[in-house]
Amino acid sequence: MQLSDSGTATPPPAEKAYRLRLYVAGQTPKSLSAFRNLKEICEEHLQGRYEIEVIDLLENPQLAQGDQILALPTLVRRLPEPIKKIIGDLSNTERVLVGLDLQERRQGTR
Amino acid sequence: MDIPKPAAALKVELPRGRELAKSLTGIRGLDEITRGGLPAGRPTLVCGGPGSGKTLLAVTFLVNGAVEYGEPGVLMTFEENVEEIASDVTSLGYDMPALIAAGKLAVDYVRVERSEIEETGEYDLEGLFVRLNYAIDSVGAKRVVLDTIESLFSGLKDDAILRAELRRLFRWLKDKGVTTIITGERGDGLLTKQGLEEYVSDAVILLDHRVHDQVSTRRLRVVKYRGSYHGTNEYPFLIDASGISVLPVSSMALEHQAPLDRIQTGVPRLDGMLGDKGYYRGSTVLVSGSAGTGKTSLAAHFLDAACRRGERCLCFLFEESPHQLLRNMRSIGVDLQPWVEAGLLVFHADRPSRYGLETHLATMHLLVAESKPSVVVIDPVTNLMTVGTFADVQAMLTRMIDHLKTENITAVLTSLTPGLTDVERTETSISSLMDTWIVLTNDNVAGHHRRGLYVLKSRGMAHSNELREFVLTDHGFDLDAAGGRGASDNHGPSVFERRERHAVV
Repeated sequence: MQLSDSGTATPPPAEKAYRLRLYVAGQTPKSLSAFRNLKEICEEHLQGRYEIEVIDLLENPQLAQGDQILALPTLVRRLPEPIKKIIGDLSNTERVLVGLDLQERRQGTR
Repeated sequence: MDIPKPAAALKVELPRGRELAKSLTGIRGLDEITRGGLPAGRPTLVCGGPGSGKTLLAVTFLVNGAVEYGEPGVLMTFEENVEEIASDVTSLGYDMPALIAAGKLAVDYVRVERSEIEETGEYDLEGLFVRLNYAIDSVGAKRVVLDTIESLFSGLKDDAILRAELRRLFRWLKDKGVTTIITGERGDGLLTKQGLEEYVSDAVILLDHRVHDQVSTRRLRVVKYRGSYHGTNEYPFLIDASGISVLPVSSMALEHQAPLDRIQTGVPRLDGMLGDKGYYRGSTVLVSGSAGTGKTSLAAHFLDAACRRGERCLCFLFEESPHQLLRNMRSIGVDLQPWVEAGLLVFHADRPSRYGLETHLATMHLLVAESKPSVVVIDPVTNLMTVGTFADVQAMLTRMIDHLKTENITAVLTSLTPGLTDVERTETSISSLMDTWIVLTNDNVAGHHRRGLYVLKSRGMAHSNELREFVLTDHGFDLDAAGGRGASDNHGPSVFERRERHAVV
């Protein structure tokens, strides 16, 4: 895997910049609650250091293949690398934090 | 279509128009067993162990659809990526990249890595639906393959969601009207590890790959086919350079014609012993005897005579190479080389232990279909006995002979008897299948080696009961005339007398 992108589109981000992408299919209750949950978590733990891009696969189905999207909603942490995926409505905050590497995985959670 | 009589009596005939719509697979044999292919617009489950040929069958279905039947396809693969699958089938002449480029095939590789995914809260597999839908729409697909969707169970933790979503997926595919193959890995006591058969109820095909005495055999069985009559047996299938072929070999009923015309044996005096005319065409002849009694020579005469009449011959060798046989037969004055060159005579030599019985059967079947012979020789058929159990060999030969009879092919099978005695006992296993049985003997009488021949049975004709003596000369199989000095009179060095006579001639 490439660790640094040579393209100019993604300049080396500031320390600990988070680029998050939330995949959904239409405005379902699950996708709405995922977005709400994500927003809350980010505000609390990543204030000013994140960017959320929502992709509606009903409008852009061709984008599902690239990020290997299967389950919805899926949150993809594109930066910092490595890429991480969290699926579900993000209702379990602790798991989301673990998935984003913002919190150590506790013993016995897996 | 003919439905066997007893079944027809019980079964209410469906009006013809209501016959289930089917989608041809283009796989030789499979379309016959299923009477027209897979249920169109519905999912079919293809299950089997690792390496049983599931993926190949599924991909063949797709490629044939795209190339032969104008039905574009989608391959959604969960285990191998596009390059891997494409290279797997290149050897079969399938150019997947070209089909993809031509918009006849769309491939999507779905990779799920449990360790990379954190699950939190409710989710569904809508992403999978979106991808599949996108792929289907991008090529206007009529056929879909999901290979192997069960991989999802190792990628995602929540089985309950997964099961609910798979159920939804299969219903969605049906609504979409695409003909789908879903492959599944064989599980313990289940057709598939995750019990997919519970969701796919239209058709289930089971592939099996068995190893018996270190020899492998592939078999296919249609376990279920809702709303359609289908062959229920296990059918051997082959994967070779031309792809998959399934052999519906036991689908034949006992209904072959019994022609009255006769076919010369290649030894005029033997014709004489068989009601003056030789074998019946389409009959099966067993020539048995211990080592060196002249079985192959008699068969070679038969081949030579058939080729002289311009008939095509196929000869299976399980002991000698074609060159060996040609050389040996030339030494008794039977030159088969010109017939090989003229394309009338085709040899196929194989070590019996190279494949399983079913594979041999399948190969023989294919060759018969390809070269359309009127005469087949199997030399020696007994070498096949080393490959399988007694019952298996008998079953296989029965099917082979059935097939040859149906095709009106006259077959001569040579059989090597282990000892000098008990000729008739050792072959009871296959003799009941034979119409004519010729026994060759070797006797040592008073220090002289004498060859004998008698017709043990020949159905449907008056045949000689004599034990005739014969010699193998440099111009062939020389049988005593009727009433001549038979081996039955146990005196005298007749062979030497006869040799002298030939020397004079």
